[in-house]
Amino acid sequence: MTRRQRRLILIGSGLTILALAFVLVLNALRDSIVFFNSPTDIVEKQLKPGTRIRLGGLVQPGSLVRKDLAAHFELTDGKNAIAVSYHGILPDLFREGQGIVTEGILQTSGVFIADSVLAKHDETYMPKEVADALKKQGHWKDDYTKRGISIPETPR
Amino acid sequence: MIAEIGHYALVLAFALALIQAVVGLMGARLRDPVLTGVAEPVMLAQFVFIAVAFGSLTICYVTSDFSVANVFQNSHSAMPLIYKFTSVWGNHEGSMLLWLFILALFGALVALFGSNLPASLRANVLGLQSLLAAAFNLFILATSNPFLRLAPPPSEGRDLNPILQDIGLAVHPPLLYLGYVGFSVTFSFAVAALIEGRIDAAWARWVRPWALAAWMCLTAGVALGSYWAYYELGWGGWWFWDPVENASLMPWLAGTALLHSAVVMEKRDALKVWTVLLAILAFSLSLIGTFLVRSGVLTSVHTFANDPTRGVFILAILVFFIGGALALYAWRAPLLKPGGLFAPISREGALVFNNLFLITACATVFVGTLYPLVFEALTGEKISVGAPYFNATFAPLFVPLLIAMPFGPLLPWKRGDLYGVAQRLLGALALAAAGMGMTFIVVRGGPVIAPFAIGLAIFVMAGAVADLVERTNLLRQPLSGSMQRARGLPRSVLGTMLAHFGVGLTLLGIVSETNYGTERITALTPGQTISIRGYDLTFDGLVPRQGSNYSELVGKFTVRRGGQVIGLMEPAKRTFIARGTTTTEAALMTRGVSQLYLSLGDPNADGSIAVRLYHKPLVLLIWIGALVMFAGGALSLTDRRLRVGAPKPARKTALQPAE
Repeated sequence: MTRRQRRLILIGSGLTILALAFVLVLNALRDSIVFFNSPTDIVEKQLKPGTRIRLGGLVQPGSLVRKDLAAHFELTDGKNAIAVSYHGILPDLFREGQGIVTEGILQTSGVFIADSVLAKHDETYMPKEVADALKKQGHWKDDYTKRGISIPETPR
Repeated sequence: MIAEIGHYALVLAFALALIQAVVGLMGARLRDPVLTGVAEPVMLAQFVFIAVAFGSLTICYVTSDFSVANVFQNSHSAMPLIYKFTSVWGNHEGSMLLWLFILALFGALVALFGSNLPASLRANVLGLQSLLAAAFNLFILATSNPFLRLAPPPSEGRDLNPILQDIGLAVHPPLLYLGYVGFSVTFSFAVAALIEGRIDAAWARWVRPWALAAWMCLTAGVALGSYWAYYELGWGGWWFWDPVENASLMPWLAGTALLHSAVVMEKRDALKVWTVLLAILAFSLSLIGTFLVRSGVLTSVHTFANDPTRGVFILAILVFFIGGALALYAWRAPLLKPGGLFAPISREGALVFNNLFLITACATVFVGTLYPLVFEALTGEKISVGAPYFNATFAPLFVPLLIAMPFGPLLPWKRGDLYGVAQRLLGALALAAAGMGMTFIVVRGGPVIAPFAIGLAIFVMAGAVADLVERTNLLRQPLSGSMQRARGLPRSVLGTMLAHFGVGLTLLGIVSETNYGTERITALTPGQTISIRGYDLTFDGLVPRQGSNYSELVGKFTVRRGGQVIGLMEPAKRTFIARGTTTTEAALMTRGVSQLYLSLGDPNADGSIAVRLYHKPLVLLIWIGALVMFAGGALSLTDRRLRVGAPKPARKTALQPAE
């Protein structure tokens, strides 16, 4: 084989693998991305029940009810609130007033059934999506603290 | 006073780095022996000053000097001494100082062990290393100074994030940084080679130990991080495809590719242009990893409080170095002469195959990690790309790589015979098939594909052993002869086998844990028993206990198997006094290489408590495999060839003009 032929084989196999990866990536991106929504998004966009989404907000103080492994609470962005239902163990940093992100499916009844609840490693940290959603509703920090909701400090 | 000394030393180190960068690079260009001679002592002085800065911060932490803002925010006088020590890097400012310290350490090591390098190459490498140090030093001084004072000084600190008060944190970040920053050396070598416009097999031989050392540390760092997340976060998961984890996986993939392509370059003088690119990529991905972790642009479970404005600074550093290196590459790479020829089926071919798949897998991780950023910039919608994406892209790309892995070391250089190699791997194939059949028959449940994956893991391990059997002529001659042959084998060959065997072990652990693990989540009242895979755990009650800076509620569980008590498990909920935060301390019971994993949820009003219990078969193999890979790397590093130094490059190439 000449140098040229060998190089062609090399480039050819490289391109084949890249094409394979490209197909895999496109396929996976179509099926497995999850959109983030705030409670207001859900209300305003009239989101279709049954799709898998992430929902983030502050846990409405006084809304948390737990029995055995079931937990019911409301997530709010200051304008709208969505009832969330979760079965399992909540993370350590989960508490009322804390900003959290949940992932799950919105039911036709309007209740959001979460199968995972994410809180962060650091109690002074607000998930970026939640912070943005709160800012959008004009409820960032001061407004909230006035109403007696303890908000984690803004990221330093 | 101590803090001011540290601050001052840091500024001095910055000045030295600037001098070094200018003098070193100029000296190499002008081929001035006086200027290039400055490189070594200045690099060492720089290291000493940064060590002084790092030591000062450590003293501030150990003596709980809360007048230093950084100490106040991340330490507490009641904390055990070991965590006072580790909290030096348990925060943004301190961890950046650690990064700089390691960068200077590597620079100093190049200065000390680089006496066999040509003077201009060494001056260039040290100059580039100092340019990096100057950039990160400026970043620390301008945006993340750990030495700032508070007035008036508070009497007590705010404590370290409880989740970081763990021995895993003591070792994980330094190891990870040793890996990340270790690739700065290969990066500097690559850019220096581009500046000089020449590169040869000797270059690969100089670079390989550095790449190997960085790769080893990164392997250990990633594995340790994964184990830390596994037992500390209490979710029982060991890998979440989280952006921050991906940030450490990408340089590992590129580094692994670099390690393999450098072999081709050293032995056969081929793949030069590609190896240089990989050296640039490996460190670029490390920089991107730092950027992702430190800027908080991506939402991650690992994100700690941080300041987005710092991200802009790191982004600037990133653009300057990656952009500069790639531009230089585009300009100068065509000057590098192509080397040895090889047929597609050959050792070189196998290593190219390895590289193509590793880099493609790395690219899919890159796309998945950064896609949310791009998507948000384009559409304004926030999305997350989770585990399903990575399982659907990364896994299929790794399967051919793993299948090919046992073939590679058995193929001869230049031109090989695939059929002959397959014959030599018949034993390994038979073992893999047997393992697959056994799994089908013995283990019930689990996905249909799992036994095949188990078979693949066995094939990889048996393939590594088959290589050893072949090379020592085992089974075909008396054992003593084989032993003698084994002793005569180069250590790098043995290292390769060991590392490949480790990959098989890790794979076996991953496949077994993900496919055959069992989970129980339930609420228990004292006296109740929960069963999993033949183990019965009786909940005996909750007991409060007091630690040095926390109080905890310990769940007492008696573990029985077939009626016999085999031990106690004591998971806990810790509440840290200073911050009022709670962490979950999982209890682990190791049975062979499998584990029972038990963690507590919240106590309910009726006296019951939520528990999460897992049976994780062969889970420890995941990290044992990584340790074996590390050991393989270490063995390879002790190879005589790397110690005695590289031969002088041929005179003909040495006289090539710089342009």
